[in-house]
Amino acid sequence: MAQVTLTNVKKIYPGGVEAVKGVSFDIPDGGFCVLVGPSGCGKSTLLRMVAGLETISAGEVSIGTRVVNQIGPAERDIAMVFQNYALYPHMSVYENMSYGLRNLGTPKDEIDRRVKEAARILAIEPLLDRRPRQLSGGQRQRVAMGRAIVRKPQVFLFDEPLSNLDAKLRVQMRVEIKKLQRALGVTAIYVTHDQVEAMTLSDKLVVMNGGQVEQIGLPADVYKKPASKFVATFIGSPPMNILPGTIDGPGIVALGDAILEARDLREDLAEQTPVEVGLRPEDVEIASEGEAGSLPFDVEFIEELGATQLFHGQLSGLPFVMQAATDVVAAQAGRIWITVDPDRVHVFDVATGARLGRV
Amino acid sequence: MQKNAYFTGLTIPLLLLLPQLAITVVFFYWPASQAVWQSFLLQDAFGTSTEFVWFENYQMLFSDPGYLKAFINTAIFSTFVCVLSLSIALLFAVMADRAIRGAEIFKTLLIWPYAVAPAVAGVLWLFMFDPSLGMLARGLSDMGIAWNPRLNGNDAMLLVILAATWKQISYNFLFFLAGLQSIPKSVIEAAVIDGAKPWRRFWTIVFPLLSPTTFFLLVVNIVYVFFDTFGIIDTITGGGPSGATETLVYKVFSDGKGGSNLGGSAAQSVVLLVMVIGMTAVQFKFIERRVSY
Repeated sequence: MAQVTLTNVKKIYPGGVEAVKGVSFDIPDGGFCVLVGPSGCGKSTLLRMVAGLETISAGEVSIGTRVVNQIGPAERDIAMVFQNYALYPHMSVYENMSYGLRNLGTPKDEIDRRVKEAARILAIEPLLDRRPRQLSGGQRQRVAMGRAIVRKPQVFLFDEPLSNLDAKLRVQMRVEIKKLQRALGVTAIYVTHDQVEAMTLSDKLVVMNGGQVEQIGLPADVYKKPASKFVATFIGSPPMNILPGTIDGPGIVALGDAILEARDLREDLAEQTPVEVGLRPEDVEIASEGEAGSLPFDVEFIEELGATQLFHGQLSGLPFVMQAATDVVAAQAGRIWITVDPDRVHVFDVATGARLGRV
Repeated sequence: MQKNAYFTGLTIPLLLLLPQLAITVVFFYWPASQAVWQSFLLQDAFGTSTEFVWFENYQMLFSDPGYLKAFINTAIFSTFVCVLSLSIALLFAVMADRAIRGAEIFKTLLIWPYAVAPAVAGVLWLFMFDPSLGMLARGLSDMGIAWNPRLNGNDAMLLVILAATWKQISYNFLFFLAGLQSIPKSVIEAAVIDGAKPWRRFWTIVFPLLSPTTFFLLVVNIVYVFFDTFGIIDTITGGGPSGATETLVYKVFSDGKGGSNLGGSAAQSVVLLVMVIGMTAVQFKFIERRVSY
């Protein structure tokens, strides 16, 4: 078991494209770190640099107390689960799982013991003699994880391991990965573009965009206090509504004619400074007409989701979404009035997208 | 797989198959059956009288020491050409697959020899290694190596093996390269993380995953060395010196055309036919089992 530390890690491809632009963070021993971001944000490249599959252009990666920049993937004491599982198609499940140990020259009975143990944990004992092509997607996923755990590595690396599974299986495997990681206590780095996986799995969430880290923190903190407009709209579903506004006094923003209180807003900003105001669909509540701080919302249509419903429409001429409990009845189309808890009003800089919060 | 027949009658399916069947019958079964029929006949040198002689041609064939020699020649020739062209092509393909810069040029250049006609390839090698004209042959004699494929049977055999191998490398290379490129990168990466060193990785992961390609090439190469190398042998050595490079297919030609022994030649081609069918069947039965698709 080991902690992983990244110090100003960069990836510059020949030709000058900078895929990762100086990333630093550390993952405590036994921590579960999720790298999340849109495709092309550099998260996979970063993971592959930790794995040793990509060279590190600048900066330092350490696993435990060792700097691993110059150490090959095999000697880094890591195991990786790939998106397409990357099982060896010509080997049985047993051979797939034991391949790494056989390369190390581990004694046969020791290999057998470890493979059987991993198979028991993952409930794939009946499949040991099968070939990968005879397995379902979920079973292949388990074998890939089995191959990772028999090695007893210091760090698990997951590269979008669930994206090839159907939605139902994905939820199930997500829970299993988390349970397994907890039970084994192995440090894990997990790359995904799925913000639900990111929120549920991580105890350290790293949101990346354009080769840079946008925010690092506990998933709840990232959700509650997104550090930038990008994080705000990336984490959360449906995404946060962003509306143009202006500063109208300390802790007050104006959205058109309406005035909104924002508790987490810097007080040193001049009045009339243009800002962007973020409101999460799930934080919006229905108010009565003319109530202080209420905004007019023209509902255009309603989506029923079963547990909740989504009102789609326009707020001051811009598209807006709110989430409401199913017992809330609104006219299919027409104006309603809404409010938002002042603690849940997010304000961002127009130019940089950074959160204008209290320090 | 869909097993249900879509057509209800027999007329349309047969009609659709007719062109293919016609070509197969006219160009394969008819000449093959002609050869079989011919192999039971004996003709005089001027073709004026023909006699049905049952298996006499075959009896003569198997008591001919020249035929046994052609067998041995073919065995040596085909083994060397197959092993060499497959392994060199695999080596080139692995290197081309790894190359980052200039890979395209490398690939294109390696494919060119395949476009050279066998007879032309033969002439090329004949010139290069001609004891009096060839640059390479002179280089050999400068180094003190005695070299004369016109007189020395071993030299002649070596030369036809080299030429036939050179000709086939391109083809094998192309298929091996395609095979290598179809192996998912992540499988190789998984093996790297699993601690397999390059040599071990090649033999435990890459080579087994190439086995369908290798098997296919083995079948194609055997057919190639048995039949398509005729042009190379004909231009380089003409089967000589004194039959040292006379393979089975070459003997079919030289006995039939040169020796005017049509019956004996036909008998040889029937034997050759049966042999190749047998070998291909054996390959499919025993080797294909070990191939993992």
